[in-house]
Amino acid sequence: MQDFTQAFVLAFELVFSGDADLIEIIVLSLRVSLTAMVVACVLGLPLGAILAITRFPGRGPALVVLNALMGLPPVVVGLIVYLHLSRAGPMGSFGLLYTPTAMIIAQVILIMPIIAALSRQVLEDLNNEYAEQFRSLSVPRHAAIQALIWDARFSLMTVALAGFGRAIAEVGAVIIVGGNIDHLTRVMTTAIALETSKGDLPLALALGLVLLTIAFAVNAAVMSLRLTTGRYANV
Amino acid sequence: MKSATPLLAAAALMAILSTSPIAAEQSILLQSTTSTKNSGFYDHILPLFKAETGITVHVVAVGSGQAIKNARNCDADVLLVHAKADEENFVAKGFGVKRHRLMYNDFIIVGPAADPAKINTLKDAPAALIRIAQTKTLFVSRGDTSGTHKKEQTLWRSAGINVIAASGKWYRETGSGMGATLNAAVAMGAYALTDRATWIAFKNKQGFNIHVEGDKALLNQYGIILVNKARCPTTKTNAGQRFIDWLTSPTGQAAIQGFRRNGQQLFFPNAAKN
Repeated sequence: MQDFTQAFVLAFELVFSGDADLIEIIVLSLRVSLTAMVVACVLGLPLGAILAITRFPGRGPALVVLNALMGLPPVVVGLIVYLHLSRAGPMGSFGLLYTPTAMIIAQVILIMPIIAALSRQVLEDLNNEYAEQFRSLSVPRHAAIQALIWDARFSLMTVALAGFGRAIAEVGAVIIVGGNIDHLTRVMTTAIALETSKGDLPLALALGLVLLTIAFAVNAAVMSLRLTTGRYANV
Repeated sequence: MKSATPLLAAAALMAILSTSPIAAEQSILLQSTTSTKNSGFYDHILPLFKAETGITVHVVAVGSGQAIKNARNCDADVLLVHAKADEENFVAKGFGVKRHRLMYNDFIIVGPAADPAKINTLKDAPAALIRIAQTKTLFVSRGDTSGTHKKEQTLWRSAGINVIAASGKWYRETGSGMGATLNAAVAMGAYALTDRATWIAFKNKQGFNIHVEGDKALLNQYGIILVNKARCPTTKTNAGQRFIDWLTSPTGQAAIQGFRRNGQQLFFPNAAKN
């Protein structure tokens, strides 16, 4: 139990020390996972919307596959991306392995299914309400998708946060494609893994607390955005 | 994973538009072992090398087996590992230019202070393993084809014990790095083979001690190899060779000599003079 007390003290000290290395790691974590979240939304939301409003043969199985992909193991994603980006792999000439870009790619693949599957559900529920109106006004499909995404934006923020949460918390994929290289690809989770393997459990726990705080801050920021814009929208 | 490839292509395109951080400065990629990384060796050595040459060394620390595989995929400029037979094989197959002896330390068998298998009085490592097997005392193995794991397998073989039969019983393979394996050993009250550098730097000892050390069979030799440009055209031969030359030079060897944790020297330079 002493480890926990020590960890809290250490986490507190770390946050207030403004340690340059720690800040670098935090900034990279946020840069990688927020970028992954944005890219995954740009790809995943339209996909979710299309699946929500269209009916086609094989749609049922497609949804099952998409939902199953929410459980993609990060290590497997890491390996697949590694094999693609390795210099011996098909995309090796880009020299992307062991860069933050490689980590973003892995996280996009990891969270895109989450964003697509969850947004599909949200948008389908909303579409059930709107479908009749769309039909009577003969709204074109792309306009319907735009309207649905806009009207569901607050629910979709939560969807995006679910994706972000998965991205910032995972270690299996980024440690393979990023390599946990100091000052280049070290993020919070890989730093925690490293300190754990050094047996420095209090420091690892302290970093974990810092990571939780960051996740909390991001969620609070989105929530406050939602509250303020919501207030204006109701005026 | 059909959907992965176009996605990768799109992301790669984005990356090309932004500047690559690796290309911005002179840097090399080193595939190496968790033992060197976790002991803080690179935190001591690399700033000295950078101050002298301006070259940044990016270290990926995995088990020796994985490091060699990554280097075979050309995902390295230099390889620094401790698995002599595999290193020689790597060079013989043309993946590496030449293997240079760099430094050594030793492996040790650590375990709970109570020493349940009573191996503390033994100097001979295989004899200690035989006693662990006879008493069926818990032993935690890396189980990950790392240099340490290979050494451990050699020791079991010379002890004449087939540990695979006991896997999952008293012989437990973690399949992870040295530190994670030591954490597991400490948590289970089990014995483990570890390199001395990781052990000295390891902070979660919880009363564990060194029980067997000093056997010649426990020597832990590190080698360094430049990846062959003929196999991997992207290899940064010049910078990579400079790193090897520096480490094996009197300056580099003195830097290795000077690396200490808790007052103890962790690696002993022994580069062959050419």
